[in-house]
Amino acid sequence: MSLLEIKNLHASVNGNEILRGINLTVNAGEVHAIMGPNGSGKSTLAGVLAGREAYTVTDGQVLYKGNNLFDMVPEERAREGLFLAFQYPVEIPGVNNSYFLKESLNAIRKHKGLEQLDAIDFLALIKQKVKIVEMDESFLNRPVNEGFSGGEKKRNEIFHMAVLEPMLSILDETDSGLDIDALRIVSEGVNKLRSKENATIIVTHYQRLLNYIIPDVVHVMKDGRLVKSGGKELALELEDRGYDWVHEEAGQTV
Amino acid sequence: MNNETNTIEEFAAQEYKYGFVTDIEADSAPPGLNEDIIRLISSKKQEPVWLLEWRLKAFQHWQTMEEPHWQNIKYPPIDYQAIVYYSAPKQKPQLKDLSQVDPELLKTYDKLGIPLREQEWLAGVAVDAVFDSVSVATTFKEKLKELGIIFGSFSDAVHEHPDLVKKYLGSVVPANDNYFAALNSAVFSDGSFCFIPKGVRCPMELSTYFRINASSTGQFERTLIVAEEGAQVSYLEGCTAPMRDKNQLHAAVVELVALDNAKIKYSTVQNWYPGDKEGRGGIYNFVTKRGKCAGVNSKISWTQVETGSAITWKYPSVLLIGDSSVGEFYSVAVVNNYQQADTGTKMIHIGKNTKSTIVSKGISAGHGQNSYRGLVEMKKGAVNARNYSQCDSLLLGDKCGAHTFPYIEVKNTSAKAEHEATTSKIGDDQIFYCKQRGLSAEDAVNLIVNGFCKEVFRELPMEFAVEAQKLLGVSLEGSVG
Ligand SMILES: Nc1ncnc2c1ncn2[C@@H]1O[C@H](COP(=O)(O)OP(=O)(O)OP(=O)(O)O)[C@@H](O)[C@H]1O
Ligand SMILES: [Mg+2]
Repeated sequence: MSLLEIKNLHASVNGNEILRGINLTVNAGEVHAIMGPNGSGKSTLAGVLAGREAYTVTDGQVLYKGNNLFDMVPEERAREGLFLAFQYPVEIPGVNNSYFLKESLNAIRKHKGLEQLDAIDFLALIKQKVKIVEMDESFLNRPVNEGFSGGEKKRNEIFHMAVLEPMLSILDETDSGLDIDALRIVSEGVNKLRSKENATIIVTHYQRLLNYIIPDVVHVMKDGRLVKSGGKELALELEDRGYDWVHEEAGQTV
Repeated sequence: MNNETNTIEEFAAQEYKYGFVTDIEADSAPPGLNEDIIRLISSKKQEPVWLLEWRLKAFQHWQTMEEPHWQNIKYPPIDYQAIVYYSAPKQKPQLKDLSQVDPELLKTYDKLGIPLREQEWLAGVAVDAVFDSVSVATTFKEKLKELGIIFGSFSDAVHEHPDLVKKYLGSVVPANDNYFAALNSAVFSDGSFCFIPKGVRCPMELSTYFRINASSTGQFERTLIVAEEGAQVSYLEGCTAPMRDKNQLHAAVVELVALDNAKIKYSTVQNWYPGDKEGRGGIYNFVTKRGKCAGVNSKISWTQVETGSAITWKYPSVLLIGDSSVGEFYSVAVVNNYQQADTGTKMIHIGKNTKSTIVSKGISAGHGQNSYRGLVEMKKGAVNARNYSQCDSLLLGDKCGAHTFPYIEVKNTSAKAEHEATTSKIGDDQIFYCKQRGLSAEDAVNLIVNGFCKEVFRELPMEFAVEAQKLLGVSLEGSVG
């Protein structure tokens, strides 16, 4: 059974169809990259998978761990291990970052029937995890994303991912806004979190990221469809030639 | 999925958690208000003549006054002749320990989650439990007595320390101060009295749990706290009330007096019955709370978390008379469904170098209307007086309202007042972000709201802060889908 199976997915916003028949299968252990021009629907796909209310699914099916994803409310998807690193992480004033994560982790643990972590165990855990993304501990006690720089917000998303240990992570342009060192550190962090059991979908505009996180498959999204797929060389070719030359391959599925 | 739906339904069905009526026989006066009723109250309580005269004078004043209507709140006319002004649970007058307390009453406290016994033995909190206007249990009295601290019911204080009561009663809130204060002065039933002598720091938080019970009984509590030179005390007031279908008037008066270098911290978690989802029933909470920083370097700090009542109308204030005295007001006011709150503070700077801080957090949900009304006044003699005010409003949904009415009067050129105000909404993107991290909508709202209130909650004593957070969660249940 595949971790994620998307079949002929159509979705619209305010009556405008954005996703027009997405087909994608992601197995445990894999890393998929999705590239494509601005406005092609990459964030929309991520949002539909995570359960953002603004989108209406008009056709198609998504199976997550063999179950209908759309039967689950957003928080349930999260508790079942679906994680979205936001393109624009949201600020929550006054709410301590580590407190937020503790509530989050315990909600997930409760769902899994695991016992709640107390403050002491949790602190020990996050002190380990914060090292994975080489984030300063001072960020633990600041309000969630409030006043964080663009790059710091992105790094914080991967820190959340490290703590929550999701099955399927969708990283929406996590690389944009990261400086050269941060890009390397965050990528290495993501690599450390890779395992046979989990999978990652990386949305990016830059081949550079894929030098660090080597994808198994690269997809090109255009006008709400995945029009081409290939190995990691495809990213290089795209960087070279842009998107204009890519045309939909008939019956494209992966 | 099913689990999720169930939890939300349970939450929604939960409504007012503390809604139940205790079955205790009450000894009540007939409804209505006249001099005879006041004489009855006074004689039931075996009061000295001077107090009866004080009450009667207040009543005469009240008759010449008109109910104020300048607040940003709406309610049907109150029939003062339909209210019962005296009701006491039947019991022996003197109680030495809890075994003498009516077991029905103890059960009520258990339901509220505030077992007296536990409070007494575990928490180290002395509890003066006010039940239907008459104190029925006072604990830790002996221990406090050793330090010279007087803490107990107002009625006891009238008998045991008449000079102190006479000296300070009405010294901060005069009997003719305002309509509801005058009414309270005429008919007050009981309340708490607290006196901390010179140089003594009260070693424990003092607390009183208020509770309205007998049907249609107006509550007219009277609290008086005096901290002599260098004394310090932290006082907690918290309340929950049973479900009922008739509006109930609650017009309390709280007076605080701080002499030289004294500090009084007064914290309130108010959770009177707010009415049903359509706004029926619920308590009218019209309270006069005022502190007097009479001495130099004295400090009075009000912290309040207001989640209950159909209507809340209160402005805990500080008169900053002593030089370098400090007044603080930290407030969280929540309105949901059809609740209305018009609350804020008055900081009256009279002495030199006086300082005041106001932090007000208003949360509106449903059709709730929340108004902050504050007055900062710097009198002529208030050289170098300083005020900082911050009023933040948080809106949940688009049918509720937040209003801010700050009044600043500065009559001294060296004095400065600073005012900041913000209004924000809980964003769908914030809720979604929380959900994406596994939190339910309710938890998300709780988290965001508690973050918003942080500056106020950290002023509360620890265990009270936890209670306040829970209360906020219960108050806002069902406000976001
Ligand atoms: N709420 C909305 N209302 C109207 N149009 C929307 C809305 N949300 C998204 N869209 C449109 O859907 C299209 C796809 O947007 P999406 O954010 O998925 O693109 P993207 O591939 O992630 O682009 P980028 O590379 O710039 O991040 C865009 O044309 C966008 O304007
Ligand atoms: Mg995008």
